[in-house]
Amino acid sequence: MTTITRKPENPTAHLTPEDIEQIGIELDAIRQDVIDSRGASDAAYIRKVVDVQRKLELGSRAVLLASVFPPAWVAGTLGLSVAKILENMEIGHNVMHGQWDWMRDPKIHSTTWEWDNASTAEGWKHSHNQVHHTYTNIVGKDNDLGYGIMRVDEDQRWSPFLLGQPLWNFVNACFFEYGIAAYDLELGKNLRIPKQKRSDAFKRNAKNTLNKIRKQATKDYVVHPALSIPTGSFLPTLAANFTANLVRNLWTHSVIMCGHFPEGVETFEKKAIPANETRGEWYVRQMLGSANISGSRAMHLMTGNLSFQIEHHLFPDLPSNRYAEVAPKVQALFEKYDLNYHSASLPKQVASAWHKIVRLSLPNGWLAETNVKNAPKQVALLYKLSTGGPKVRRAYDAMQRRAENQKRETVAA
Amino acid sequence: MRAVEAATTPLLPADYLDLFAPLRSGADLRGRIVSVHAETADAATIVIRPGADWAGHVPGQYIRVGIDVDGVRQWRAYSLTHGPRADGHISITVKAVPDGKVSNHLVHHAVPGTLVHLEQATGDFVLPDDLSSRKLLFVTAGSGVTPVIGMLRNLFPVTDEGVLMRGFETPRSSAPQPPTGGTRGSAAPQPPTDETRGSSAPQPLTDETRGSSAPQPPTEGTRGSAAPQPPTEGTDITVVHVAPSEPDSIFIRNLRELDEAGAINLVARYDDEHGVLDVSDLAGLVPDLVERTTYACGPGGLLDALGKHHEERGLELFTEQFRPVTVAAGEGGTVTLEKSGVSVELDGSTTILDAAEEAGVLMPSGCRMGICMGCVLPMREGAVRDLRNGEITTATPGETNAGGVSIQTCISAPAGPCHIDH
Repeated sequence: MTTITRKPENPTAHLTPEDIEQIGIELDAIRQDVIDSRGASDAAYIRKVVDVQRKLELGSRAVLLASVFPPAWVAGTLGLSVAKILENMEIGHNVMHGQWDWMRDPKIHSTTWEWDNASTAEGWKHSHNQVHHTYTNIVGKDNDLGYGIMRVDEDQRWSPFLLGQPLWNFVNACFFEYGIAAYDLELGKNLRIPKQKRSDAFKRNAKNTLNKIRKQATKDYVVHPALSIPTGSFLPTLAANFTANLVRNLWTHSVIMCGHFPEGVETFEKKAIPANETRGEWYVRQMLGSANISGSRAMHLMTGNLSFQIEHHLFPDLPSNRYAEVAPKVQALFEKYDLNYHSASLPKQVASAWHKIVRLSLPNGWLAETNVKNAPKQVALLYKLSTGGPKVRRAYDAMQRRAENQKRETVAA
Repeated sequence: MRAVEAATTPLLPADYLDLFAPLRSGADLRGRIVSVHAETADAATIVIRPGADWAGHVPGQYIRVGIDVDGVRQWRAYSLTHGPRADGHISITVKAVPDGKVSNHLVHHAVPGTLVHLEQATGDFVLPDDLSSRKLLFVTAGSGVTPVIGMLRNLFPVTDEGVLMRGFETPRSSAPQPPTGGTRGSAAPQPPTDETRGSSAPQPLTDETRGSSAPQPPTEGTRGSAAPQPPTEGTDITVVHVAPSEPDSIFIRNLRELDEAGAINLVARYDDEHGVLDVSDLAGLVPDLVERTTYACGPGGLLDALGKHHEERGLELFTEQFRPVTVAAGEGGTVTLEKSGVSVELDGSTTILDAAEEAGVLMPSGCRMGICMGCVLPMREGAVRDLRNGEITTATPGETNAGGVSIQTCISAPAGPCHIDH
């Protein structure tokens, strides 16, 4: 994939400025319909989810008190994993988007919510709600494109370091919550700054995050295992909590990869975004920059309705339980304006996202050009690109781009 | 406790306990609706079982009730219309006013079992401890009768068998004393020292405030079999009750029964019959006016006139004002940032965030397009318009959440004067 403006065929080329503004008007109307009909049943929904989640967590932790017995371990670990996933996805993520602020319930409000996660609500709201949702898929502005450790777009520069990105991505998936905490802090960037020059905001945020991590770890790896000592279940409970966190991390990482990484999701060039981007233009960017996961109601619940990533990105503050009813209207709009509504099953999207991560761990075009016959030659090229320094890589990039342009001209002709 | 918190972080143990025992001691104060008695077609008495930490009240006080209407938490203040009851329940009597979001919900849709949010009783419109051989005058107008009916029902148990008090012998002795600390400010069992409450006092009793002085029909459902018992000592009570017309007169049957039993001397005045009450006529209606301590509750105009009248004659007066507060949504207005001490005058199309930053105030902000919630601040009072869809959000002290209503400053323009806690 490459940014939309550099593609041989821009998928928005057929839209007139009037079309784009009309899309904005129609989406605003869809949004308003939901706002006008928000009410008691929506409030009852989120309260029910919170209620079920908390009872499931309590029950699972109670069962784990006797986790020395294998069936208790399995049941407790499973329950705790599901509870943690619900807490992060359908509740935490959505509450912190302000989806339930309209209820004016201080206990379910974006300004008061803190989640079961290594990252602080405050830090996450900044990096996710503000940076990612505002600058969705703009290369160089949206750090969610690879989280600063991966290359997920042709227009991001390749370096030999990236050869290891499938491995980083797997490690990141296992410890996703810590990865996100580091990401919220922009840890990589800040650690390169000499200690005394780091901003007060960073120091404060880092302190808060460490404090949060300490509390989280104490809960899962000290307090609850200690409570299980009477039945001799210290270690099994410790293992269960670790497993539940691992399961939650792997799951959320997979779901989140599906939102923007699958092949065919568009990215955007920083310089191609006008300073005064209109609401219509912003909407179109959200439409093309996100992908959905198809599936059952249970799937939608467990993904925190991020299976409706497109709808979520269009309307991040609408209650998550309403995305399902909005989706057909949104899809109809895509069809009306001949745009690609990107939706596929979870295995397909996950495979697609992983494929992209592997492909882009290699220089642009390298994987596509490699076959059994030319493999030795390609490996030699890769070696040369890895050791040859930036000059060699720039030359390769230029060559790739020329080939790309040629292809575009052929298509145009 | 710290150890338990370590097991529940980032939540608190209370978050889990609330799932099972929301009314327990130590919880945020809540109550559960026990019953809803339809009084008339559009009025109802809501009986509530308060949580374990309910500190009790003194007749004449009011409470703030938070109830979810169409999923949205709304707070309103209502007078407690019973004295402390033997069953520990409390009650409010609500009249559905036209377009009243909360009052209509409470009267027509509230169901037993619903959890409501409460604040401790407050208000210093209460009777003195020792009432023996005192001569009192109650002047009530419209729904100003509601705190007074609470006092009278407490003194004379005409309303239900749950009432503890039986006359004046031991006024309030077995009633729970209101707390002196906590969330309550001025509430104290003794009468207020200021003769009239400042205008900054919360507005008791009002639902949608425009409707607050709307007449309420007499109650029926709350009346029980207990006969009025005249006071055993020489307390002498006159009630001057003013209403637009007799059928519109709130609690008139209760008042009449008390009058017939000799407990009070009722002077009912109806605008359609007697004309609008002129306070200078009061001496004519109540010949021994100068011997009485006056307790008045009603619209501001009446109370102002009464204050002047009593001051000129050196008479004792305690008042409870129904201050109708309406947040009229307009275009633009003055935005006051309370902590920053900055006020800016705005048109209806400039966002509060932009204007405040322009004025040099460091504001929390984020995406500046209404999606990230990074700019949310509590509005204590006022009205704002969502520039994306024109929707109005209002905050009325005493009615909306105690901390104010959260607004997104990046997409909100003032729709009238507004006060923001920042």
